[in-house]
Amino acid sequence: MAVPTLAPAAPPPTPVAARKGRLRHHAWFTPYLLVAPFLVLLCMFVLWPAVYGFFISLHDWDYALDYKPFVGGQNYANLFDPDSLVFENFWNGMKNTLIFVVASVPFLVLVPLLVALLLNRKFVGRTFFRAMIFAPYVLGIAVIGVLFRYLLDTQFGVINAFLGIFGIPAVPWTQSQPWAWIALVAMTLWWTMGFNTIIYLAGLQSLPAEQYEAAELDGAGKWASFRYITLPGLRMVLIFIVTTTILASANMFGQAYLVTGGGPGDSTRTAIMVMTEEGLRRFQMGSASAMSYFLAVLLAIIAVINFWIMRERDS
Amino acid sequence: MITTTPRATLTRRGLLGAGAGLAAGLGLAACSPGSAGKPGQAAPATGDGGAAGYDGPAVTLAFWHGLTGGDGPIMKKLCDKFTQEHPNVKITTTAIPWADYYQKLPAAVSNGKGPDVGIMHVDNLATNAARNVVQPLDDVAKALGLTEDDFSPVVWQAGVYKDVRYGIPLDMHPAGLYWNKTVFEKAGVDPETPPTDLDSFMDVLDKAKSKNIQGFWVSPAGASWLLSQSIVFQNGGFLADPAGDRAGFGDEPAVKAITWLKSLIDQGYSPKNVAGDGDSTAFQNDKAAMMFNGPWMTTPLGENSKLKWGAAELPVLGANKGAWANSHQFVLARQIKPDENKATASRVFVNWISQQSLSWADAGMVPARKSVREQPEFQKKGYVLEFAKALDYATLTPPVPGVGDINTEWNTAVNNALLGKGDPATLLKEAAGKADKILAANKKKYA
Repeated sequence: MAVPTLAPAAPPPTPVAARKGRLRHHAWFTPYLLVAPFLVLLCMFVLWPAVYGFFISLHDWDYALDYKPFVGGQNYANLFDPDSLVFENFWNGMKNTLIFVVASVPFLVLVPLLVALLLNRKFVGRTFFRAMIFAPYVLGIAVIGVLFRYLLDTQFGVINAFLGIFGIPAVPWTQSQPWAWIALVAMTLWWTMGFNTIIYLAGLQSLPAEQYEAAELDGAGKWASFRYITLPGLRMVLIFIVTTTILASANMFGQAYLVTGGGPGDSTRTAIMVMTEEGLRRFQMGSASAMSYFLAVLLAIIAVINFWIMRERDS
Repeated sequence: MITTTPRATLTRRGLLGAGAGLAAGLGLAACSPGSAGKPGQAAPATGDGGAAGYDGPAVTLAFWHGLTGGDGPIMKKLCDKFTQEHPNVKITTTAIPWADYYQKLPAAVSNGKGPDVGIMHVDNLATNAARNVVQPLDDVAKALGLTEDDFSPVVWQAGVYKDVRYGIPLDMHPAGLYWNKTVFEKAGVDPETPPTDLDSFMDVLDKAKSKNIQGFWVSPAGASWLLSQSIVFQNGGFLADPAGDRAGFGDEPAVKAITWLKSLIDQGYSPKNVAGDGDSTAFQNDKAAMMFNGPWMTTPLGENSKLKWGAAELPVLGANKGAWANSHQFVLARQIKPDENKATASRVFVNWISQQSLSWADAGMVPARKSVREQPEFQKKGYVLEFAKALDYATLTPPVPGVGDINTEWNTAVNNALLGKGDPATLLKEAAGKADKILAANKKKYA
């Protein structure tokens, strides 16, 4: 969000002739004009919808109906009322989201780190492998979803056909737990690990080579230089990756929607799926907005805790 | 199939340019129509409902539907023919997969960006009527001279919500039985005689089983749709009662249907853990002897030259004949700024295409009009004739706003029951309790 300025602010007035050949001084509103495009987009697509969404969450809201009564905090209260219509589905969705976050984040944080360490070495075909690791990430979830439905099919899928060669009986990947979670975590890992890997790689390449040389002279081994140089050097990168990965996993929708359909039963129906159902299928937008605000606040708290845990400690 | 959608004209560059210029004004305009855009009053009914034709200035009608499969090209042919006969009316078609269609259409209509004409399944019609997405069409029905005698009562009544007609029935598509002649032969069953009742159905499955063929694949994820519902209807049950007051999930007919389907899996007539569309995949790979499916499958199956198959009425596995069905109906979307020429031209289009529904039978769909079905050409339409037999007894979803909301509970319960996650009766009764609450909430909302 850096605002580029063309010249120092408010210089003393100079004669017209003296200005020749120099950069033109900007008017007082120039910086504002420069941020304006960003600001407009931010207001239109982030700030205004956020405020408007909160407004909606205080109403019994269906945009197509004229009658949108104000209900105050009722939509929020319903989330905590076991007798309400949304209680069971919402908390089941939250539970499933939590399961997915806990199951996927460690892999999504650690595996890309290992891959990045490998890809940071010099070897033949390095660029090719870097591109291949990143490649799945550019595919849309619709493509990934269709692809994995074919791969994971119990009777006709490629994966089970492969396992069959070794005499392993058909695994019900999308029809039974824990297989459904294993399949969803694995496909998410394959799909998105390229992104985290690239971020790690960028971080690794910014670490000064002198530190490693100095460590080597002091007799530090591979593990010690990883523990005392690489990891501390990647601290900011790690904070970024853990935070964004938790957010991404908590917002998981497409994989479960397309591959398991929320099943078996409703065991992979995530919080976002519940909100979609509530807001876009049943058109209970007030209630869906309340759910979404609750989840957003929760995620914000988790992000803060994450920053706090990983803060720089004075030793 | 997909031509330009209204939104496609909003490029990023255009947005940036506009954004820089009209900051606050545009921000409000772009974000608030959701609230401000109450769908306008009904377009002025043009008196003749489109019977007299359209001779006004050239207009372009936006036509939206979800026909993204083999049925799309057939609808396109019909539209082209219409434009040939009516050079001053151009049709721009936008095909959006049905699941997205029912989300996008209401949003577009409330922003004044909706189409002129649309197609809608009857099970969504009442919801969209109650939500002011579609216009009353009584004038069109009158102009077309449409009367109940020309339709099966069930498809005729399904277009009506609160005594006002919102849909002009185009077709009805009931579930039917598909049988695989190759597998029948392998099992030692006459490949030209499909089963008609429970005994002959089980006879096929037993013979197949003795040849190590799992003849009827029941997918825990897919069975909650037309398969289980057809059997519930045959048992005399319902998912939602006609008034939309209570769900019949926990009643005996439904519990019996699901328990029976479960027994097919338990006794090895079906593999366990079949994926959502596994029944149709197995059928097309000569692994299953039979499947329940809709008439839209006739097109893809017909294109598979290696496959030897037939289609017939559903066998009676319960107490009565019965079948799940749905129906495509023409609707006119509400307009915030009604345009009289377009309103007339839309009615002419719906009127014309309703009379052409014979060609629509090529998509496997059964024309809704009796007079069309009685034309001699219809007798040459092949398998559609088999599906047409179900029109007298097939069951459509009752015209209750939001009735589809209870399907999530039904799907989950059926899925869990067929996976053996609990006693079917208990699971279904639990789901019925939740569904009753949903129905009550909807009743209040759409009152």
